[in-house]
Amino acid sequence: MDEFDIDRRTFITTGTVAAASLFLDSVPVGAQNLADTRTSPVTRSVVLSVNGSDHTIEVDTRMTLLDALRDKVGLTGSKKGCDQGQCGACTIHIDGERHLACLTLTVAAQDHRITTIEGLAQSETLHPMQQAFIDHDGFQCGYCTSGQIMSAVACVQEGHAKTDDDIREYMSGNLCRCAAYPNIVAAINQAKTEMEKG
Amino acid sequence: MRPFTYEVATDAASAVALASVRASAHVTAPVQYKGGGTTLIDLMKLDVMRPSTLVDITTIRDEAMHKIVHTNSELRIGSLVSMAQLHDDASVIRDYPILTESLWQAASQQLRNMARLGGNVLQRTRCSYFRDTSYDQCNKRSPGSGCAALDGANRGHAVLGTSEQCIAVYPSDWAPALIALDAQVEVLGKSGKRIVAFEHLHRLPGTTPHIETNLAPGELITAFIVPGGPRRRSLYRKIRDRQSYEFANASAAVAIDLDGEALRDVRIGLGGVATVPWRAHRAESLLRGKKLTEASATAAAEAEFKDARTRKYNAFKVVLGKQTMIRALLEAQAMEIS
Repeated sequence: MDEFDIDRRTFITTGTVAAASLFLDSVPVGAQNLADTRTSPVTRSVVLSVNGSDHTIEVDTRMTLLDALRDKVGLTGSKKGCDQGQCGACTIHIDGERHLACLTLTVAAQDHRITTIEGLAQSETLHPMQQAFIDHDGFQCGYCTSGQIMSAVACVQEGHAKTDDDIREYMSGNLCRCAAYPNIVAAINQAKTEMEKG
Repeated sequence: MRPFTYEVATDAASAVALASVRASAHVTAPVQYKGGGTTLIDLMKLDVMRPSTLVDITTIRDEAMHKIVHTNSELRIGSLVSMAQLHDDASVIRDYPILTESLWQAASQQLRNMARLGGNVLQRTRCSYFRDTSYDQCNKRSPGSGCAALDGANRGHAVLGTSEQCIAVYPSDWAPALIALDAQVEVLGKSGKRIVAFEHLHRLPGTTPHIETNLAPGELITAFIVPGGPRRRSLYRKIRDRQSYEFANASAAVAIDLDGEALRDVRIGLGGVATVPWRAHRAESLLRGKKLTEASATAAAEAEFKDARTRKYNAFKVVLGKQTMIRALLEAQAMEIS
């Protein structure tokens, strides 16, 4: 397999000599070294601020924040659905904005404030959005639910939950294969009222 | 994903110094910029992109790259502004509905929070033969290997700007709006800044579909400049297979200026139907100075799609593309401008 890869790379390189010549004037002398620092895994020590606590972990530069949260920090509430940024199951908050943990590199998450589903409740009291999902049966199998709830909290905070149409549009990045969508909309409406009361 | 070195850039010039390496094209360079990462990390997981070094540019402190600045004569948008940030800008909502609407109909809120506008215009095609390395043939991924889409599942593929080597569709919604607004791109390279017309940023696939832009390896987009002041009679119409969170089957970005019933100015960008952000020059030249009616809009759309090349499953895009353009023009004409 490796041989095949090398062959293909060689092929790409030689096959595009004509095209490369277009850009020859942009190649600085001495910059080549960077391109050769490869093949073996690179690790970094990273401090992650998650739900108000700092965690110092050693990670491969390739590790996504989703894997780091689940496997290094031990917070398994954020779920891996597609791992391609298409389903929303891994939705978390970074500096208060909803992001996808599966497309975020752990090394790039340092110096940011991360909130996961585990950080929503105040000790024994559920966040109004968590309670609303229970009250309205906003799930069946529950796999997408932590992502739905994290997305929904941000949706209300952004001011994008004014109407049912708004909610449907601004929650469209969170897929639910059980199709609990009508109940999710109802839950968000209830929690919105609670959240706006403060 | 293959191992890579991760570098953090604190200013644009040092980012460019790190990334200016020898490569056959911007997208195949071993050093890649990482903004929001929503395309790059995805394609690295799929083993389609294989950089050995990532330079994180979100950490760049140059303030102009993070800001939206309005003056009477232009709108300047830093390349590190997120899709969500521009979408929420009150002045843009009022003065450039074409920009707001194109962003609102793109991706999901999570992706809009992450993705930066510089990367948005450089996002790569969703062609499944490009994204899936188990297919041997893809001239974009592996130059000279052929194109599996020509006789494959090509319902989503382009009908304008295609070649016998590539029919992959260009995916961004925001880019058709930028091209319709005659936007310019500010680019930083190792020998300094240059300005490129947005229309000249992307290259038709031709015989080299793996060279997607006219950026040299290491060049960094620092800003977009929209000249000419507010464009309130403008909009973006997008047709897709589901109502939200889906790429376009066809879209039209339209900015017009009326002088009574005549079109003093008309600019049209098309998405979802072409290999690059598509400026509908033929349609515009037929319409400029004329009265806009369903008949004149239809004639313009016919002319624009006259040279469309269809494959087995995507002929519907010619009909859909024309209808989308006609509808966008007539709806722009009907807008009530305060």
